[in-house]
Amino acid sequence: MEFLAWRGFKNGRWAEEINVRDFIQNNYVPYEGTEDFLTGPTERTRALMKKLNRLFELEQDLGGVLDIDTQTVSSLTSYKPGYLDQENEIIVGLQTDRPLKRGVNPFGGVHMTKQACEAYGHRLSEKVESEFQYRTTHNDGVFRVYTEEIKAARKSGIITGLPDAYGRGRIIGDYRRVSLYGVDLLIAEKRRDKERLGELEMNAENIRLMEELYQQINFLKKLKEMALMYGFDISGPAADAKEAVQWLYFAYLGSIKEQNGAAMSLGRISTFLDIYFERDLVEGKLSEERAQEILDDFVMKLRMARHLRTPDYNELFAGDPMWITEAVGGMGQDGRTLVTKTSYRLLHTLYNLGPSAEPNLTILWSDKLPAGFQRYTAKVSCDTAALQYENDDVMRPDFGDDYAIACCVSAMRVGKDMQFFGARANLPKLLLMSLNGGRDERTGVQVAPLREPYAGGILEYEAVLEKMEYYRHWLTKTYVSAMNIIHYMHDKYAYEKTQMALHDTEVHRFMAFGVAGLSVLADALSAIKFGRVEVVRDETGLIVDFKTTGDFPCFGNDDERVDSLAQEQVKLFVEELKKNHTYRNAEHTLSILTITSNVVYGKKTGATPDGRAAGAPFAPGANPMHGRERSGALAALNSVAKLSYEYCKDGVSNTFSVIPHALGNEEEERYANLVSIMRGYFNQKAHHLNVNVLNRQTLIEAYENPELHPNLTVRVSGYAVNFNKLSKFQQQEVIARTFHEAM
Amino acid sequence: MKGRINSFLSMGAADGPGVRFVVFLQGCALRCSYCHNPETWAPEDGAEWGMEEIAKKVLRYRPYFGIQGGVTISGGEPLLQWKFTAALLSRLKEEGIHTVLDTSGIGNLDGADEVLNYTDLVMCDLKFADNTGYRAYCGGTLDHVLRFLKRTEEKSVPLWIRHVVVPGLTDQPETVKKILGLGERFSNFQRLELLPFHKMCLGKYEAMGLSFPFSDFPECSQQKIQALRRIVNKM
Repeated sequence: MEFLAWRGFKNGRWAEEINVRDFIQNNYVPYEGTEDFLTGPTERTRALMKKLNRLFELEQDLGGVLDIDTQTVSSLTSYKPGYLDQENEIIVGLQTDRPLKRGVNPFGGVHMTKQACEAYGHRLSEKVESEFQYRTTHNDGVFRVYTEEIKAARKSGIITGLPDAYGRGRIIGDYRRVSLYGVDLLIAEKRRDKERLGELEMNAENIRLMEELYQQINFLKKLKEMALMYGFDISGPAADAKEAVQWLYFAYLGSIKEQNGAAMSLGRISTFLDIYFERDLVEGKLSEERAQEILDDFVMKLRMARHLRTPDYNELFAGDPMWITEAVGGMGQDGRTLVTKTSYRLLHTLYNLGPSAEPNLTILWSDKLPAGFQRYTAKVSCDTAALQYENDDVMRPDFGDDYAIACCVSAMRVGKDMQFFGARANLPKLLLMSLNGGRDERTGVQVAPLREPYAGGILEYEAVLEKMEYYRHWLTKTYVSAMNIIHYMHDKYAYEKTQMALHDTEVHRFMAFGVAGLSVLADALSAIKFGRVEVVRDETGLIVDFKTTGDFPCFGNDDERVDSLAQEQVKLFVEELKKNHTYRNAEHTLSILTITSNVVYGKKTGATPDGRAAGAPFAPGANPMHGRERSGALAALNSVAKLSYEYCKDGVSNTFSVIPHALGNEEEERYANLVSIMRGYFNQKAHHLNVNVLNRQTLIEAYENPELHPNLTVRVSGYAVNFNKLSKFQQQEVIARTFHEAM
Repeated sequence: MKGRINSFLSMGAADGPGVRFVVFLQGCALRCSYCHNPETWAPEDGAEWGMEEIAKKVLRYRPYFGIQGGVTISGGEPLLQWKFTAALLSRLKEEGIHTVLDTSGIGNLDGADEVLNYTDLVMCDLKFADNTGYRAYCGGTLDHVLRFLKRTEEKSVPLWIRHVVVPGLTDQPETVKKILGLGERFSNFQRLELLPFHKMCLGKYEAMGLSFPFSDFPECSQQKIQALRRIVNKM
């Protein structure tokens, strides 16, 4: 294959087959310098950002949603082209015909769409409703098959957040393919795959895949149409940097027009795009200022991406997140760093456009990253609290050097892996249900199969573990069943046609499970093992509370006695999960991640033996419970670092908040110390760290007077939010978290 | 060997260079009016810890120390338990860990000599530039502190001087200049750190049923510290 647009690129396998990694490896230029080359925003950028900020304010004033098009079902070509400022935009394309206007996407479930419209004072048009009256949605399909047991588990909250009423998300298209190859070549490749599959035995698996390929090809054509509506022909490869960004953005835009998935990551684009920027710079076609301007404009577009959600959904995933996660940095398998100048340019948008929660900028951290880049990321964290860090050194051995992060912490090889994600199992509730013979501790309802409840007055560690074993088996089986149903139906009724067209046809599938409340469970078991826990029963014999006395170690203090309990519980859970067969033979993975749902999980869970009151929030992700980490920040990090990535290949999320002063007196000292902390943490094979360098006082100010800090960004879990977009209850929970300080 | 420990801090970033594990020893002979750790005063309080136990704990944090960081022994006054301090620092040096002694300089001078053998950096708090200030607000004497500093010079241990800036008491540029002048008498002197007086310790005093002698002094602002730092930098 050869194209004029590929002038100056070094040839390789990528020119003979779809292979973006090979293109990157053959053509990219690592950058080991400092941030000195970066340029500020142009007048144009400033003016557009000002305009956009006004729209953001208006959106906030209107209760979080600016406008909804209730007449049109969102798809690639269903809206006229929309612009923020047609004259001055560099990168174009909006989800609907106007900025921040949300489309409706009832493919996941029409009921949820109706609710969402109503929550913001709109009504889903009769036209759309009647269209969907005769159409099976993903949600319809799931509930046709859900068993009573799954419904009961779902209702009680022992499994929460099942994506059974909206797009499952967590799929990352390889959007770069559109820039490098153009759409026609991708269609030709998919046609060849379909022909090849036609030679095979026509079993259910093969027929499904062939129909999927038909849909993929169909949507690639629609993608071209969509771009044409904006005046661009993307059938061939992008010829320069601006086109490369524009083509890539169209591919992403098509995906978010088609799907309202819970997390719609961008992938790993900066080093890929850098090759185009470098070529234009060398050819003298581009200045540094212009390169930055193109990226600034692109990032503005990403910040405008929206989905329509219900208030229920926002309670689980607060702050209107899209998880436009972009993985930056990392090391190549040949030992060269994958940091380029465009990695810097992308982070620099946080200065040129101001801090922001989206895109969800994720640093792939390696001990071997250039020191200048390590320092720069620490500086960006201190200045904006908008970055998260994930350990490239533990992921690279499994995923190679062209993986990206879906949602918050889920690694996948771009274009080669996809995942079936969903929900979290509530571990503290598993403990309580085990004690109560399968009954829900809050309602008394029999949720799991009936067994002899815990009989004694004092909890004995071994006896408790034995009870848990049976119910853990039940929980994982129920959880896997629910996931199998959901993903079967999602594939059937809401298949991601655009995104899957940007994957290899023979894709590797993960099924990503989650757990919540690990630190609560560990502390509860520690209380049982090392302290004295007496049960309190209500008149029906249900255990509803505990009297806990005596000293017991808590997770987060680098105390092996309890940290080992946390490790063991994770191992037991994942091993039990793996005993259950998954839809499409997906590989089981597990994450310890809660987003902001730790608040909801807590609400649905009775008092626990660690002394946590009924209804009180859990700690987020794998974090120790706030207030119980009495040995300082590094002890807390050490405890979390012990949770092995080996068992949690879908990620172990840890959110670290520290006041600026505790990192050092001077700015440079703070950067150096933050780098030392991350090196220490990640060199122990820890997986993920959200870094907030903030004063609690700032949060309290923003809680009381939101207008004082309109752009305050906080990392809450595997993502960042604009603090003002959280509910008051969620804001309180964030304020209550431990802020490490040194006195 | 055992020592009395008040507490540990796993992440100290303002206790010497880099990220440091801080050991707060129990017991202090001084009673500085602005002391923010009154719980470390009484020598019989705190808990007994074995040296090996502490070393084991410290090693858990070694990954975070990087090139610059290490362990800081603070207090209380670490020279009050100089035998234990020397033994612990010697043990840490065996592991190749960078050691900082955070002291008021008040303590047995021969004992201090022993401690200094295993110390990579001394941070000495110079509270006042004259004996009068010491007598009125701390106990101890400046003369003794200067004798201690002489020992650090003889042992060629790098020296940082620290000074708490209390508005209306020790915040005059002249005071700070004098403090700097005292430091500069010693060839091992490297830098002067100015620490803002704050009252975050009020709760501790209340809990102990004590009144905080400096409750009427205002806290020191960052701006004031920066202004003084500029003056010092010019000298």
